[in-house]
Amino acid sequence: MATLQTRASARLMMTPAVVLLLLWMAVPLAMTLYFSMLRYNLLMPGMEEWAGFLNYRFFLTDPAFFAGLLNTLLLVGGVLAISVGGGILMALLLDQPFFGQGLVRLMVIAPFFVMPTVSALVWKNMLMHPVNGLFAWLARTFGLQPVDWFGQAPLFSIVMIVSWQWLPFATLILLTALQSLDSEQKEAAEMDGAGALSRFIYIVLPHMARAITVVVLIETIFLLSVFAEILVTTNGGPGVQTTTVTYLVYVQALLQFDVGGASAGGIVAVVLANIVAIFLVRLIGKNLD
Amino acid sequence: MGEIRLEKVHKAFGTTVVIPEIDLEIADNEFVVFVGPSGCGKSTLLRLIAGLEDTTSGRILIDGEDMTARAPAKRGLSMVFQSYALYPHMSVYNNIAFPLKMAGADKSVIEEKVRNAARILNLTDYLDRRPGQLSGGQRQRVAIGRAIVREPKAFLFDEPLSNLDAALRGAMRLEISELHHQLHTTMIYVTHDQIEAMTMADKIVVLNAGRIEQVGSPLELYRSPRNLFVAGFIGSPRMNFVQGPEAEKLGAATIGVRPEHLELSTGDGYWKGKVGVAEHLGSDTFLHVDVDGLGQVTARADGEIGLRHGETVFLTPIRERVHRFDDKGEAFS
Ligand SMILES: Nc1ncnc2c1ncn2[C@@H]1O[C@H](COP(=O)(O)OP(=O)(O)OP(=O)(O)O)[C@@H](O)[C@H]1O
Ligand SMILES: [Mg+2]
Repeated sequence: MATLQTRASARLMMTPAVVLLLLWMAVPLAMTLYFSMLRYNLLMPGMEEWAGFLNYRFFLTDPAFFAGLLNTLLLVGGVLAISVGGGILMALLLDQPFFGQGLVRLMVIAPFFVMPTVSALVWKNMLMHPVNGLFAWLARTFGLQPVDWFGQAPLFSIVMIVSWQWLPFATLILLTALQSLDSEQKEAAEMDGAGALSRFIYIVLPHMARAITVVVLIETIFLLSVFAEILVTTNGGPGVQTTTVTYLVYVQALLQFDVGGASAGGIVAVVLANIVAIFLVRLIGKNLD
Repeated sequence: MGEIRLEKVHKAFGTTVVIPEIDLEIADNEFVVFVGPSGCGKSTLLRLIAGLEDTTSGRILIDGEDMTARAPAKRGLSMVFQSYALYPHMSVYNNIAFPLKMAGADKSVIEEKVRNAARILNLTDYLDRRPGQLSGGQRQRVAIGRAIVREPKAFLFDEPLSNLDAALRGAMRLEISELHHQLHTTMIYVTHDQIEAMTMADKIVVLNAGRIEQVGSPLELYRSPRNLFVAGFIGSPRMNFVQGPEAEKLGAATIGVRPEHLELSTGDGYWKGKVGVAEHLGSDTFLHVDVDGLGQVTARADGEIGLRHGETVFLTPIRERVHRFDDKGEAFS
C-alpha cells in the first residue's frame, strides 16, 4: 500500500477505469448543464434559445422548491433515524440465540427484495387505507377513529414506508458488525463490572460505529432520490406536502414539459446532494480512517 | 485475602460432560497453575471460577463465601484473557481506567491508580495510545494493568502468553512472577506449557479430561508423579516408558525413566543401542537412541558430547530414579 512504487503502478492501472468513469459522469453532467441554460420546452419544439440563469431563478424562487428542500431533509433524516435506531434494536434482538433464528433472519431481509413501487402500493391500499386498511380495521376494533394517513400525515406515512424498506438493510449490516464483536471483549467488560447498558454504550456501540457510518452514507445516497413511493401514493400532495426536490424535477420535466427548468432543478439537486455528502463525510468520516 | 475452594464442581454443556467432579482448595497468596492437554477443561474451570459460565452443580467459595450464583463482577476477581480482550477504541489509559469507572470511582482516585499501575508495568509512555498501536507484550501488560487496578482477591490468567514469541514469553513469565511477589495476591494461571507451569507455580494442578490427576508443588510432581499421565506430562523431554520383560524384571507393568536419569557410556552398560537423532541445545544434548528390544529412548547428555548418528551407546538407568507403574498406570514403589 505504502511504497512509492506500488502507488505509481496502482495509479497507472487505475487510469482507464477512472477515465471511463469521468467520461460517464462528465458527459451527462455537461449536457444537463447546457440544457439548464436553455429555454427548452417540449411543447414548443424548435424554439430553444439561450436563457442564461433564468431557469435557475425560476426554480429557486418557486415556493415549491423550499417546501421540497425541507421535505427532502425531513424524509432523509426521518428514515435514517428510524432505520438506524430500529436496525440497532433489531440486530441486538437477532443476535440473541432463539428457536428458528435462521428462518427469522431470512424473513427480516425480505422487505429489501420488494420493489419500492409494490411495497408503496401494498402500504397504501392494504395497510394505510382509511377504509379497507389494516390500521383502520385495528383502530375500529378498539373503537377509535381510523386515521387517514395520506391525508393527515402524508410525509410521515412516506417516511414509514421508506423506513420499512431500509430497515432490513440497516439490520443486516449492523447484525454482521455485532457478530464480529469478540466475545472475550464482552466478557472482559462483564468482569470489569459493566452492566448491560454500559456494555452497550462503551463496547458495542463504538464497535458498530463504522458499520453505522456505512449505513448512513449508503442510505443517504439512495434516500435523496426516493421517487416511486411518492409517485404511487401521494403524487407529491396534498399541495406540496410530500414534494421532494427529486419529485419537483420530475414535475417540471414530465408534467410541465420544461426540460430547461428540470435540468436546472437537477443541477440544484446535485449541488444539494454534494453539500449533504460533504457534511456527512465531515461529520462521521473520522470513523472511516 | 483470596482463598478459593471448589466443592464437587460439575460442569456439562448439554450432554457433554466437561468436568465430572472437582474438589480443589487454593490458599491465599498462592500461585496455582492448571496444566493439561488441549481440551481437558482448563479454560472451562477458570471460567467457572470467574463466573462466566454457570456450574451445573457444586459450589464455589471465595474467602468462605458461597459465590456460585454471584455475577462475575461481584466476585472480586480479575481475569486476563488469551486474546487480551482490550477495548480497541479506547486509549491505554481508558482501558486501564474502565473497571474503576464502572465502579463509580472518583476521577482523582482513578488517575492515581492508573498512573500507579502504569508505573509498575512500564506503560507510562504509552497511556495515550490505542491498543492497536502497541506490541504484543505491551498489550499483555495493559491487560494485566486493567486487572490489577481493581485490587482483586485473585487474578485469573487464561494462557496469557501463548500469543507471544519465545523470548518475550520468557520475559513476561518473569514479570508475572515478580508481580505476584509484589502484590501478594492469589493467582490462578492456565497453560498447556509445562515449562511455564514448572517455573511459575507454587502448586500445579494437572488436569486430564476434566479430572484432577494430581496436585502438588512442581518438584513433588517431578519426583513422584502419581500415574503415567502425570509422569508423561511433567518434565521435558518426556519420560521414557518401557513395557514388557524389562519392566517385569522390576515387578511392574510399566517403568519410567527420565532422560536425565540415564547414564551414558560408550564402553558398557545396561541397555545397548544405536544413536539416532541428536539434538544439540548447547548446554545439553538430547540423544534419541534406538535400544535393542525396547524401541526409542531419549537420553540427556552433556552439551559437548561427541556421539554421532549410528554409533553404539550404552544406557544405564539410575535405579532409585526409576518409576514403577502397575497395570492400571498407577505409580507404586
Ligand atoms: N460452550 C461449549 N459448549 C460445548 N462444549 C464446550 C463449550 N466450551 C467448551 N466445550 C468443550 O469443553 C472441553 C474443554 O474445553 P476448554 O476450553 O475448557 O479446554 P482447554 O483445556 O482450555 O483447552 P485449550 O488448552 O485448547 O484452551 C472441550 O472438549 C470443548 O469442546
Ligand atoms: Mg483454553
